Amino acid sequence: MNASWLVVATLAWRNLWRNYRRTLIILATITLGVWSMIFMSALMRGMVDEIVRNGLETLPGEVQVHAPAYRRDPSVVNSMAMPDGDFLQALGESPVVAWAARVRVPAVISSERDSRGVVLLGVDPSAESALGSAPDNLVEGRFLLGVDDKGVVIGASLAKRLETSLGKRIVLMSQNPDNDVADRGARIVGIYKARLPGTEDIYVYAGRAATQKMLAMGEQISEVAVTADDYRAVQSWYPNILEAAGDELEVLPWTALDTFLSSMLAVQDGFALVFMVVVFLALSFGLVNTLVMAVFERVREIGLMLALGMKPALIIGQVLVESLYLLGLGLAAGNIIAYVSIRALENGIDISSVAQGMEMMSMSPVLYPALRFSDMLMSTAVVIVLGLAASLLPAWKASRLDPVKALTKT
Amino acid sequence: MSAIICKELCKTFHQGEQVITGLDHVSIEIKKGSFTCLSGPSGSGKTTLLNAMGGLDTPDSGEIWVGDTRLDTLARGALADMRLHNIGFVFQAYNLIPVLSARENVEFVMQVQGVAKGERRRRSDEVLAEVGLQGMEDRLPSQLSGGQQQRVAVARAIASKPKLVLADEPTANLDSKSAAELMALFESLNEQHGITFVIATHDVRVMGYARRLISMRDGLIISDEAQQSHSMVV
Ligand SMILES: Nc1ncnc2c1ncn2[C@@H]1O[C@H](COP(=O)(O)OP(=O)(O)OP(=O)(O)O)[C@@H](O)[C@H]1O
Ligand SMILES: [Mg+2]
Repeated sequence: MNASWLVVATLAWRNLWRNYRRTLIILATITLGVWSMIFMSALMRGMVDEIVRNGLETLPGEVQVHAPAYRRDPSVVNSMAMPDGDFLQALGESPVVAWAARVRVPAVISSERDSRGVVLLGVDPSAESALGSAPDNLVEGRFLLGVDDKGVVIGASLAKRLETSLGKRIVLMSQNPDNDVADRGARIVGIYKARLPGTEDIYVYAGRAATQKMLAMGEQISEVAVTADDYRAVQSWYPNILEAAGDELEVLPWTALDTFLSSMLAVQDGFALVFMVVVFLALSFGLVNTLVMAVFERVREIGLMLALGMKPALIIGQVLVESLYLLGLGLAAGNIIAYVSIRALENGIDISSVAQGMEMMSMSPVLYPALRFSDMLMSTAVVIVLGLAASLLPAWKASRLDPVKALTKT
Repeated sequence: MSAIICKELCKTFHQGEQVITGLDHVSIEIKKGSFTCLSGPSGSGKTTLLNAMGGLDTPDSGEIWVGDTRLDTLARGALADMRLHNIGFVFQAYNLIPVLSARENVEFVMQVQGVAKGERRRRSDEVLAEVGLQGMEDRLPSQLSGGQQQRVAVARAIASKPKLVLADEPTANLDSKSAAELMALFESLNEQHGITFVIATHDVRVMGYARRLISMRDGLIISDEAQQSHSMVV
């Protein structure tokens, strides 16, 4: 058995190089196909990464902790205490890199010209900066200086709608825990721009202590936002927080907070697989054609081998092994080229000249292909499994040849 | 004891409207250790009969026995196994695998049989020397003359020491000297190892070696006679 498979392997290898030009062409085709599978998957992963990251920026925080009723009714009533004890300790443990406690309530902001409904964020500016959720593009003024800062920072778009500007006063209005109106006047100390204009309209930043005082909520807060270094890994660590925070609080990873973003992440594997299968289907025509030609050219020697008593299964094996060599070589070359090209382009491919308006889809005009080992593995699996499946027919045909007819074929 | 028994073998070929008779109620018994020649003009059915005996082609009717095995009812896989382990073949037209060297071609059958590497090497060296191809073991078929290729095929047929060798025109591409050497080799293998030979030929020099000469015409056996072996005239 071993010896006969060895001869099969030898025959398949030598036959491969008999028509080396045809072999090189199909190898180039497979290589290109494999490269495109991995490269396109990397681009798609990069884009999804970008969308998810942008989405998380406005979420913000990979894990959020609230009072259980807060998400249904995000008012000041549904508040929680500042983290302490086990909870506080868990927030200091790896892989958590930053956390922030904030007040987050619906409010109305009024200028002398207009009023708008907004989300009022009472924040600790240094914690928000560490979390990466402080506005990073201040076009005028400054960000808040501390929890006691009496000023507010609003979005450029909102400033325009309110027909107000830096240094002007506005009035913030919300409810206190007793359902009475709570309001205070404040000065606009900063104006920010966000990637998405929607963000600018909604979020108004104020000092946390100043906000707590206005809402008469003592030391209570609305939420704790927590971030680690890889948003994809959130499932692995959020249970730590969940346990430490205790039963009284609701702890949710971003995947539960924003099902659209998490579904994007979930479907991308499916997309990658579908794309790879489609590319392979195109490829398989070339592969099957090559094998059919190879079998056709070798009818007489296949007849000879059958006549000498080689089992039909070994003839099938010979064609499949030949196909495996082609697929293996193409995969190796395709993977190497994909690896090199993705690494070379990791710093971004600027497509702004051909893709204006990508910002609308919360994407930046620079694509960052993201190489994944799993994509290389997936393309390899797709190519091997489907490649062998496509090779079965020519292989089976070869094994069914009538040795006498095949031998005398001219 | 019989090596081969054929009973009432019939085989017809269809080519368009035409019906061609390959074998017409052929009955024949080949003794173990015998040396038989099938002769007859082109198209008389020699190859068809050899193919039937070798389990390469099934007859339309009749029985074929090789040793204790009835071939005409065997499945493909079992037939392949029977050929592999019991019969050495030399085919009329196409014999060698182009991508394998002379030695690899000779070892091919043994390798599929599962003979160990050292043993394969020893026997292939031995038979290649016997057919006079020493020093050409590593050549590819395309680097050998027609006669040399034929001898590689013979070497392969006898290397695995089969009980039966079926050779179709083994001397077709050989000069007189090589043909005489090959027949002398067959004769000694027959005498020393008791291998049964059935050789189809229309070469009178080959017929001279036969102990039994069977003549065919239009798929019929027209004569079947024992004779004294006599060396051919070179
Ligand atoms: N596959 C086939 N299809 C049609 N006719 C065939 C086939 N094989 C053999 N024949 C016919 O059967 C008859 C016997 O053929 P066979 O090959 O047995 O003759 P042969 O005695 O070996 O001839 P040669 O000396 O030329 O090799 C011939 O008439 C041949 O044309
Ligand atoms: Mg013939």
